[in-house]
Amino acid sequence: MNNIFVYLEIEEGKVADVSLELLTKGRSLAKELNCKLEALAIGSKLKTVSAQVFPYGVDKLHLFDDKRLAPYTTLPHTSILVKLFKTEEPQICLMGATIIGRDLGPRVSSALGSGLTADCTSLEIGDHEDRKQKKTYENLLYQIRPAFGGNIVAWIVNPDHRPQMATVREGVMKKEIFNSAHEGELIEYNVDDYVSEEDFAVTVIERHIEKSKVNIKGAPIIISGGYGVGSRENFDLLFELASVIGGEVGASRAAVDAGYADHDRQIGQTGVTVRPKLYIACGISGQIQHIAGMQESSIIVSINNDKSAPINSIADYIITGDIEKVVPKMIKYYKQNTK
Amino acid sequence: MSYNIIVLAKQVPDTRNVGKDAMKADGTVNRAALPAIFNPEDLNALEQALQIKDKHPESKITILTMGPGRAAEILREGLFRGADDGVLLTDRAFAGADTLATSYALSMAVRKIDSFDIIISGRQAIDGDTAQVGPQVAEKLGIPQITYAENIESIKEHKVRVKRRLEHGVETIEASLPVLITVNGSALPCRPRNAKLLQKYKHARTVTERQTENIDYIDIYSVRPYLNLVEWGVTDVGADVELCGLSGSPTKVKKIENVSFQAKENKRLSESDEDINELMKELIENHTIG
Repeated sequence: MNNIFVYLEIEEGKVADVSLELLTKGRSLAKELNCKLEALAIGSKLKTVSAQVFPYGVDKLHLFDDKRLAPYTTLPHTSILVKLFKTEEPQICLMGATIIGRDLGPRVSSALGSGLTADCTSLEIGDHEDRKQKKTYENLLYQIRPAFGGNIVAWIVNPDHRPQMATVREGVMKKEIFNSAHEGELIEYNVDDYVSEEDFAVTVIERHIEKSKVNIKGAPIIISGGYGVGSRENFDLLFELASVIGGEVGASRAAVDAGYADHDRQIGQTGVTVRPKLYIACGISGQIQHIAGMQESSIIVSINNDKSAPINSIADYIITGDIEKVVPKMIKYYKQNTK
Repeated sequence: MSYNIIVLAKQVPDTRNVGKDAMKADGTVNRAALPAIFNPEDLNALEQALQIKDKHPESKITILTMGPGRAAEILREGLFRGADDGVLLTDRAFAGADTLATSYALSMAVRKIDSFDIIISGRQAIDGDTAQVGPQVAEKLGIPQITYAENIESIKEHKVRVKRRLEHGVETIEASLPVLITVNGSALPCRPRNAKLLQKYKHARTVTERQTENIDYIDIYSVRPYLNLVEWGVTDVGADVELCGLSGSPTKVKKIENVSFQAKENKRLSESDEDINELMKELIENHTIG
């Protein structure tokens, strides 16, 4: 009762990074709240899941293994969560802000009448005072996220409803092994007690998985472009620099919205969070939602016409100038001065 | 075959152009201070509905929105592009709603609209980016949902096939009607306004708009009933006030911060050859690149 639950996202028997990151966060929240960390595995062929997640400090693993539960469809996974949560009464439930998490989370929150906050960039524990009702709530989950297109940061709480639900994007939290020898308790369920025939009204006809061609998350150098790059053609300059110095090309949301770059390159709260050793921001003004996804880069270079662009405040080097002039100079210098 | 389709749409502040007075002291959005637009992915949703109507011309598209009085603008925008009907859900009691209170109100309006086969909405709105209202409306209505749709491939014998996006790939899924579908921004863009429909519907108004505007030929609303946009409040849809607006919202905004970043010590450079070369030299020498 009153524990922290993490919904595990599992593809082909492998637990997704985002879920392991949430277990790490869940572990530290559980310590702070002096409660247990529990995980939910729903799918098919889940034999190795316990070995994958126990080292992250899972005290209890709830396992629902049935071939009808993979690939993921909304209704059976919802039914399991809703029914289990009614008996387990978790205080917090965390999910990845992935396509699955963002499909499942709201459905579950609606069925339970509990609040859900999407795409949190930070989770903390603290008290909350409701001045109108003169009531103080202790140890609530602060669900912190940029809002309103990234123009502000909102702190959200769910004072009266449980579980307090939140989704977090991949890469926002850091995964860390808690104890490689840690063993939790494994509970296997009879799936038929939790789902009904109607839950399988939606069927997957065909599924096509492709490995993402872009790997920004792991790139040590990222050349990132914003709306200020001006066109898809100008993005080619960024690609050229990236290929010369060995990096990947990222983009801000504004650049993606404008069609200058593809969605899988988007960095920020609604894209990927990155921590490269070098981040070169080209024509990026620096909305909060973007900065949330790159501020932990080791070295940040900002190239911008506007010498007071907000991103400059977190940059190590600020180049005031045109991308079309600066980037070719960088390429030229590098080519001339390295083998 | 013909289908009754409801498109859920939202008028949103253009979050790309936000000024200082955009937020009220209580942490909610001051919509009056911002340019308002048709939420982009809701236009993709409308196009999917229009595609169904192209193939099944007897189908009927009702566009439903919740918001302040001026949200009627997007109903007209929908009619100009081919929707048949518009419903505005508006009431002070809806103010300050989080996604759950919003989906409750919308689901009550959907129940009142009549029978429906398909509900289509955008995946998410650009002011909140939560993608929660679609699935929550589906749950409240007890119907299946298909999120992140790229295309509605076919509807046959009350089964719909939808291609949807996955984290790394795509899948095609089949569901029985009724169903709720949320559409991704990468789906087909919406067709533009149709000149004939623009002429036909340019005077379409809600009751409140008719009362507040000075309209010369007020008779046209009885002669041409299709110009009457439906306007409903809490009691019209039989909603429980306690479940609407702020009081119906389990999530509360504790505080809002304008973010200022811890300014770093930094070096300012010009675009001159010397400055750029100096920077590159430094980055190569300390093994950041190369």
